[in-house]
Amino acid sequence: MNSLLRSTARCLRSGAAVCLPRQADGRAWPASARFLCAAADLQKDLSEMVKKDKVVVFMKGTPAQPMCGFSNAVVQILRMHGVDNYAAYNVLEDQDLRQGVKVFSNWPTIPQVYFNGEFVGGCDILLQMHQNGDLVEELKKLGIQSALLDAEKESK
Amino acid sequence: MATADHIKEKLIKELAAVHVDVEDTSPNRCAASFKVLVVSPQFEGKALLQRHRMVNTCLAEELKEIHAFEQKTLTPEQWEKQMSQ
Repeated sequence: MNSLLRSTARCLRSGAAVCLPRQADGRAWPASARFLCAAADLQKDLSEMVKKDKVVVFMKGTPAQPMCGFSNAVVQILRMHGVDNYAAYNVLEDQDLRQGVKVFSNWPTIPQVYFNGEFVGGCDILLQMHQNGDLVEELKKLGIQSALLDAEKESK
Repeated sequence: MATADHIKEKLIKELAAVHVDVEDTSPNRCAASFKVLVVSPQFEGKALLQRHRMVNTCLAEELKEIHAFEQKTLTPEQWEKQMSQ
């Protein structure tokens, strides 16, 4: 349990991306009773992690240094809307998190975006929401004024 | 095995897709990656997330092997509109 809390704390403080050693196929080491117990704890931690902040992103790398094109796209889109204050968890730092969040969200890929504890989608969905104006609306519901609205006002 | 043809077949069969484009984007990345466009009347009235989950469910087995996956989901009406633009 303690190691899980520590690894969660590591995610919160995420700085440089660190790749942990893993099996050749990228999966974490096989299940044992201890692992299964830890996995259940992670699911519980995740349900708290996604609620702690209005905007939560599970990504590869960090907002300052994304390590994947799709994760980078999410970071750029949020930046365009002036959303800089969000919780970003680097799944590359923690293989348990990387696998656990896919189970938690029932979503096969990273990045994953949560608004107010609710799963929004990955890069495709966020991009489409950005293009069709839905993202501005959803941010409004979170009490976040999109920077694009300010830009519009200034240009009028 | 996740191949473009196999994915296309599955989508057509299980989602009654009227049009499917599957692009193998693996050469751009280091592992099996695909980009799909799925047009299906089953997407009618469903939110974006719901549509994507339908596709994810349909390709659950393949996604276990796939490293990166992009998808676009349209209803036949949306697709017609997009093509005429």
